[in-house]
Amino acid sequence: MASVVPVKEKKLMDVKLGELPSWILMRDFTPKGTAGAFQRGYYRYHNKYVNVKRGGVAMVLAAYMLFSYCPCYKELKHQRLCKYH
Amino acid sequence: MNENLFTSFITPTMVGIPVVLLIIMFPSILFPSPSRLIDNRLVSIQQWLVRLTSKQMLSIHSHKGQTWALMLMSLILFIGSTNLLGLLPHSFTPTTQLSMNLGMAIPLWAGTVATGFRYKTKASLAHFLPQGTPFPLIPMLVIIETISLFIQPVALAVRLTANITAGHLLIHLIGGATLTLMSISTITAFITFTVLVLLTILEFAVALIQAYVFTLLVSLYLHDNT
Repeated sequence: MASVVPVKEKKLMDVKLGELPSWILMRDFTPKGTAGAFQRGYYRYHNKYVNVKRGGVAMVLAAYMLFSYCPCYKELKHQRLCKYH
Repeated sequence: MNENLFTSFITPTMVGIPVVLLIIMFPSILFPSPSRLIDNRLVSIQQWLVRLTSKQMLSIHSHKGQTWALMLMSLILFIGSTNLLGLLPHSFTPTTQLSMNLGMAIPLWAGTVATGFRYKTKASLAHFLPQGTPFPLIPMLVIIETISLFIQPVALAVRLTANITAGHLLIHLIGGATLTLMSISTITAFITFTVLVLLTILEFAVALIQAYVFTLLVSLYLHDNT
């Protein structure tokens, strides 16, 4: 599917579905590129959720608590209040 | 009850994937690196704390010992943050595992001893014999000093493990006792709850103190050997 703007320079949300394979192949998978992708992702997360005037780390800690509940669930299942265990 | 108590210390795996590695790396995202002249509140507070601690801890060292500044600062930050995060409900504390504490203590201690032996061989060997010992006691004292030297890393690791594990166990036990007592007699449950609150305050203190003690002892061993 042809488009006016070349595929290479579009962000992910603007890429049409048919052009997805060529967009994925376009990204550089060198170690430097992968590290750059992680860095950008981390700073997007940081600036949106932590680097704000009010709050920040509290939300991260709450998410961490919920996340660490998952491995414990198997053992905690037996500690529920019920008549027959 | 017996089995339930220790299940909070097993390394967590979710659907077969060991997430313990993620949990060990998690505190690092809570310490963002300062990128501007004046950062946000979180980064400024952390910067101030690091400066305060590093000034206090590294003032006793010579120039050679101060090259260890990065190591000691990251050590105290890691242990402190990991212990404090372990006080959240349901979280897993990596420092309760003896394997990890041994992995931290033995290389650091060995590093200080190796530095001492390499740069000040005579002085490091002289540590084995305290000044002014009576002549007949010398062989026995050398053996005792050797044993006390080799027990240093084990003591570092076991101290940290035992303190944190014991604290977590006590919280589990007293919390369980409070819950069971609530249906039997409310006043006793209230007393037990007060004990639990005090214990939690103690645990916060212990978390920080243990980090400090670990780092202080490593720096002490370093001071002996530089």
